[in-house]
Amino acid sequence: MGMTHIVDRRLNGKNKSAVNRERFLRRYRHHIKKAVSDAVQKRSITDIERGEKVSIPTRDIEEPIFHHGQGGRQEVVHPGNQEWVAGDTIPKPDGGGGQGQGQGKASPDGEGMDEFAFQITQEEFLDFLFDDLELPNLVRKKLKDTEAFSYVRSGFTTQGVPAKLDVVRSLRGAHARRLGLGGARKKKIRGLEAQLAALKSAPEELDPAFSHADQINVLEEEIARLKANVRRIPFIDEIDLRYRQHVKQPKPATSAVMFCLMDVSGSMTQMHKDIAKRFFILLYLFLKKNYKKIDVVFIRHHTSAKEVDEEEFFYSRETGGTIVSSALKLMHRIIDARYSPAEWNIYAAQASDGDNWNDDSPVCSKLLSERILPLVQYYSYIEITPQDHQMLWYEYEKILAQFPQSFAMQQIADPADIYPVFRQLFERKAA
Amino acid sequence: MSSLIDRPNAPESEQPEAGTPISTGSEWTFELIQKYDEEIAQCAAEFGLDTYPNQIEVITAEQMMDAYSSVGMPVGYHHWSFGKQFLQTSKGYQRGQMGLAYEIVINSNPCIAYLMEENTLPMQALVIAHASYGHNSFFKGNYLFRTWTDASAIIDYLVFARNYVSECEERYGVDAVEEILDSCHALMNYGVDRYKRPAPISAAEEARRQKEREEYEQRRINDLWRTIPKAYEDEDTVHRRPRYPAEPQENLLYFIEKNAPLLETWQRELVRIVRKLAQYFYPQRQTQVMNEGWATFWHYTLLHRMYEKGLVTDGFMLEFLQSHTAVVYQPPFNSPWYSGINPYTLGFSIFTDLRRICENPTDEDREWFPDIAGKDWLETVHFAMRNFKDESFIQQFLSPKVMRDLKLFAIENDDQEDHYTVTAIHDDPGYRVLREKLARQYNLSYREPNIQVWNVDVRGDRSLTLHHIPVDRVPLGQETDEVLRHVHRLWGFDVHLESVDEGRIVAAHHCPPRNDDAADD
Repeated sequence: MGMTHIVDRRLNGKNKSAVNRERFLRRYRHHIKKAVSDAVQKRSITDIERGEKVSIPTRDIEEPIFHHGQGGRQEVVHPGNQEWVAGDTIPKPDGGGGQGQGQGKASPDGEGMDEFAFQITQEEFLDFLFDDLELPNLVRKKLKDTEAFSYVRSGFTTQGVPAKLDVVRSLRGAHARRLGLGGARKKKIRGLEAQLAALKSAPEELDPAFSHADQINVLEEEIARLKANVRRIPFIDEIDLRYRQHVKQPKPATSAVMFCLMDVSGSMTQMHKDIAKRFFILLYLFLKKNYKKIDVVFIRHHTSAKEVDEEEFFYSRETGGTIVSSALKLMHRIIDARYSPAEWNIYAAQASDGDNWNDDSPVCSKLLSERILPLVQYYSYIEITPQDHQMLWYEYEKILAQFPQSFAMQQIADPADIYPVFRQLFERKAA
Repeated sequence: MSSLIDRPNAPESEQPEAGTPISTGSEWTFELIQKYDEEIAQCAAEFGLDTYPNQIEVITAEQMMDAYSSVGMPVGYHHWSFGKQFLQTSKGYQRGQMGLAYEIVINSNPCIAYLMEENTLPMQALVIAHASYGHNSFFKGNYLFRTWTDASAIIDYLVFARNYVSECEERYGVDAVEEILDSCHALMNYGVDRYKRPAPISAAEEARRQKEREEYEQRRINDLWRTIPKAYEDEDTVHRRPRYPAEPQENLLYFIEKNAPLLETWQRELVRIVRKLAQYFYPQRQTQVMNEGWATFWHYTLLHRMYEKGLVTDGFMLEFLQSHTAVVYQPPFNSPWYSGINPYTLGFSIFTDLRRICENPTDEDREWFPDIAGKDWLETVHFAMRNFKDESFIQQFLSPKVMRDLKLFAIENDDQEDHYTVTAIHDDPGYRVLREKLARQYNLSYREPNIQVWNVDVRGDRSLTLHHIPVDRVPLGQETDEVLRHVHRLWGFDVHLESVDEGRIVAAHHCPPRNDDAADD
């Protein structure tokens, strides 16, 4: 027959639906953002390596069409009759549901409200997470690359982009090729030229029958042909081109420690803490991109500081006053004991609503500038409050003037303000 | 061993032919698929199956999910609903809740069928027989497909549609395009001409005519709306005016495309694209039972024929029969797996029984089917395949035996009664009634509410009035107001939907909702 055409399509793209999937996520971004937001509250800040399950009420994603409702007189044919004969009646169950009312249509306002659940990838998860942080795309992308690579030279290849062309190599190849292709002919030309010279220098024969003119003509033509041949060998050909080859290699790994300091006194609400958490996540992601091993230390404080686990850090509440210096002192002790600046890159992020006992703020300033900042790569302070600054802020401003390279501070009223702080950090590292 | 397996095409006396099996393992290779296809084609030719040329594409499970979620269109425009379908499919597949559709076949010329690489060889053979010879010959032979679709043009048209949609997205934004498509999809079932044959679709033609249409349509629409709406006159004059359209129109999308006052030209073109696709799928929606029944009947018959020829082994047949049995399983109404009548079962049963009626008629068959009892079975099944759609096919060929085998019965649910009534069962007095009721169940204009364009207030507020004609007092479903919002988006002015039973308006929906409408909160 031979009419059938069998095609192997397995190597064709499999992501034909990617755009449609993206359209779906786009349309339901509100639902997804909420799911992501909820998920962030439940997750540890170091647990951002996976996607998330998102549920949307089926009702919200239904595509409505005209269809018959319930009521009137409806008749349906079913298979599998067991005992009934025509005319039999079956009492309706209370509430009107039950068989015979068409199949499978969950009532849109009843218990049949199913959830449409699906999984988003880690990348999509981060996308939605960063959404209200107003991160520029470039930064988003950088953060989502989970592995850091650098390119290293690894020999030469015959294919590549012009920018990677190695001129010396290519010309060397071309030279060899020209020799290879033209050498024999050039040798022959030299031989013929010698013959020609001999003929020309020979005494002229008087008898035209013995004249060398014909021979000379033949030789000259042959030489011209060979020379043309040689000329046709290209000076440089595509096969001569050599490109420098680069391969990806993971960057050498180093370690970093990240200190999260947060005020947990009564004035810090859950909203404050959620904003702080996002900031910490961002910092963590950034560090993760640059360092192979990252330790995270959580220090919370009110009038006294304590090293705690993440759960306690974000979710337990305390009351009472605020002494920021207690946390700084504890941080310094921990650095001394566990994180020698020679081996560790030290980062710190402090979140607070700006409250501090006024007497304590100069102490903080002193601690930071004399003991902590010399040890750390970067120290960032975010003040989560829409209100006027208090003493601590002004003290910190002095530090900012002193250490513009390793200190950043920012007032944050809503999540969109987080990024500018972060950007300073990012720019510094990128430079 | 071989006694377990039917040999329907071989005379009792004939021993299995001493052919050599094509293969014995269950791993497939391209050579083997080729070989099986050749043999199946050979068998198909023996039975006179007339097909388009076949194109068999081997794909991965992921690609199958892609194909599945674009409703089987090999090229589709982008839309979130396909993404939703994809998420649904892949979720089900990953959890192992459902096997993927083991075949997708496209009504095109050549006829494209997909084979999944995960399948075993017997499954591949089954799919080839089912799709590439069963469905394929149905697409080529059935009158609805012959009348309504042009297999050679569909792929081109889909490419045209996809390009047009993405061009619009670039120019007018994804949201604007999505809105129109959403609204069109809501009315897709009302975007078909049920009686009139449409012009065949072709991409080149579309592209050429599209420009023309742009200019012409806009002029025409301007004409219709030239009169500036005047201040309201008294009710009576309004009512005495001739209606527009003069006759009710069943193709809502067509009416909108041609008459909606505010649509931009590109929006009209989008309406047209959805309408054309609706029309392309319309025959499939009307021939589900027949189409699947026919394809199932033929994979069953063809592979048995291969077995009779000694081309496949007992092991092959057992694996094949296991799949076949699963496909035609009909759970009874009270089973947790029940979700309506399985079209594969019903169609397969009717075709199989047609063959039986021809080959071994009983007295009952002679009484019920005097024209076909004892006649040539091949001619009979081909006749049935060519000239019917589900509704008429069931009405014509559902035999008492099949009704008994499936133990069919009809149940009436009247909202004015406090009980259900069994109105007919598989017995002598019931057969005809049952058959009629089941046939009606497959009539699309019974399955879907009958809604038509009734009037446009051309000189008044430009509102559009649709009429719904209920059957047996069945009201419209819960989503009606939602759909009406989509109509409103396309039409641009007020939209009314009135349910008219025997000349009396029994229910009305309005968009935007009227204040006194408690239902529209």
